[in-house]
Amino acid sequence: MKKLTKTSRRNYLTYLIVIAAFVILQILRTTGAMSSSLKGMLVPICAYMVMAASLNLTVGILGELSLGHAGFMSVGAFTGTTVAIALQDAVPAAPLRLFLALIAAAVGAALAGFLIGIPVLRLNGDYLAIVTLAFGEIIKAIFNNLYLGLDSRGLHVSLLADTTNTAPDGKMIIQGPMGIGGIQKISTFTAGFLLVMISLIVIFHLTGSRAGRAIMAIRDNRIAAESVGVNITKYKMMAFVTSAALAGSAGALFAMNYSTIVANKFDFNTSILVLVFVVLGGLGNMLGSLVAAAALTILPEALRQFADYRMLVYAIVLILVMLATNNPTIKAFFGRLKPGSRSGKEAA
Amino acid sequence: MSFLNYLISGISLGSIYAIIALGYTMVYGIAKMLNFAHGDVIMVGAYICFYSVSRFGLPAPVGVLAAVLVCTALGIVVERLAYKPLRAAPSLAVLITAIGVSYFLQNAALLLWTSNPKVFPNFFAAKKADGTVITGIDLAGGQLTISYVTIVTIAACVIIMLALTWFTGNTKMGKAMRACSEDKGAAQLMGIDVNSTISVTFAIGSGLAAIAGVLLCSAYPNLVPTTGSMPGIKAFTAAVFGGIGSIPGALLGGILLGVLEIFAKAYISTQLSDAIVFAALIVVLLVKPSGLLGKPIREKV
Repeated sequence: MKKLTKTSRRNYLTYLIVIAAFVILQILRTTGAMSSSLKGMLVPICAYMVMAASLNLTVGILGELSLGHAGFMSVGAFTGTTVAIALQDAVPAAPLRLFLALIAAAVGAALAGFLIGIPVLRLNGDYLAIVTLAFGEIIKAIFNNLYLGLDSRGLHVSLLADTTNTAPDGKMIIQGPMGIGGIQKISTFTAGFLLVMISLIVIFHLTGSRAGRAIMAIRDNRIAAESVGVNITKYKMMAFVTSAALAGSAGALFAMNYSTIVANKFDFNTSILVLVFVVLGGLGNMLGSLVAAAALTILPEALRQFADYRMLVYAIVLILVMLATNNPTIKAFFGRLKPGSRSGKEAA
Repeated sequence: MSFLNYLISGISLGSIYAIIALGYTMVYGIAKMLNFAHGDVIMVGAYICFYSVSRFGLPAPVGVLAAVLVCTALGIVVERLAYKPLRAAPSLAVLITAIGVSYFLQNAALLLWTSNPKVFPNFFAAKKADGTVITGIDLAGGQLTISYVTIVTIAACVIIMLALTWFTGNTKMGKAMRACSEDKGAAQLMGIDVNSTISVTFAIGSGLAAIAGVLLCSAYPNLVPTTGSMPGIKAFTAAVFGGIGSIPGALLGGILLGVLEIFAKAYISTQLSDAIVFAALIVVLLVKPSGLLGKPIREKV
């Protein structure tokens, strides 16, 4: 038997854990051992997991801070939902329609990622971060003022005010600040699980490939990578667009779990929330991102007993976790516990 | 005349952004961290001032002073408890901690002061002999109105800017700040207490945030626990616009951003004004990647 490398062992372990978690949750769900509030959170958890994994590709693997990841989620949510509504009659089978919507969402967000990537990836560091923030806000403002109608003559688009003149037999899909209403809830937990698996496969294959090594070389030392002939723009763009596409499909999955979706849902706070998942889970660590996304989505719910204090407790937990994980003494302690790592003396 | 009116209210809004941006830029210059909790300090300052004036009946200047003192103390405490232990940690960890502090302040405000909007009193109004309240000066036969809030805001901004320029250029602590922002290690070797310098920077930034909060809520009197977040983001944008780390840059960036926002609202579209402001930021950063007055960063190979 071929001996597996350490990285691929870790990747298979990640797949295995995700599959096991899915099977256990599925059993709990069908046997009725799961509370209804948790049941309702399964799809959003999957969507946030994909968001976290995809942002980890930008922040952890490519090494560029993005503060506008929710913008891609928004593009995906609106593209995917629009496609799903437009195909409602043409494609009656819900799973197929969901599949097509997710593909459309990924393509739409990838396109947005490409267009945004052209200016953004010329910058570095904090300036890049602020420009992604700006793009996130611009996307939010555009979707807040976009009107899209569908009738027998086709699609009608207008900005700022509803001047689409959609025929009475047609219907308005996007209604400015009211967003999209009357969405059929076709997202399922199984679809969410499959999307998480696909995202992991895409990310692991990308990072394990020649391109992935080039991306990580850019992260570790851009100038050194450039001097040995790595095409910086191309590989940065590859990671950025992949990340955007995955975020877009996550957005569509998320949107089709609710009956209405508005642009304000995907604001700066959502971008930050996903960034928190990534940093808490560990940069470049996909399993960590998934666990952090699931845990932190459930945490406010689990803190229900604190009632009004729950977001306050959430904030305190967040600060304490950051302080604890960056405390040299605690780090050294865990470094010594970890099997296979260098001896305690060296780690400290 | 309406153009002049818009220009003046733009400069007034921009002055508020500039005062907030100063806090961002000074902290960034020294600690190299994006302090996302800065916007929420503004909100705390506004609430303190509101309660001391409206509930405890203190005179307005005392209320402002109370807000400045509480926010200064808050800045120091937050820096000591949350940021100081992370001095050696990666910048992302500090960023997330700042976000945690921001959530904390917002939710603490929500619990303490509820989500009911408070109507901030207008301190800058005079009563005429016949009892009518005047809030500004009419010029050019009533076509051009300049409110007292506007005048005070612009004056405050200019005074703060001059004072800070003098402070960083001439005092011992100011020089220590500039030394720390250049090179912390070297500054320490020269006998500068880096930790207390950073504390003082946070104190000044937070005190300024309190003033900005009072001015902001005097001009836009709706006060809720999330009041500070959007102006915070805008001011951060202004700081980057002008070149983060530079004090005149914060002034220039703030005023340009304020004028741009008011003009976009007046002449193009109210709903898209934020998008236009951010688009302008992107264009500026693409042409001048370190902001309008920022020092170009040289990369060492």
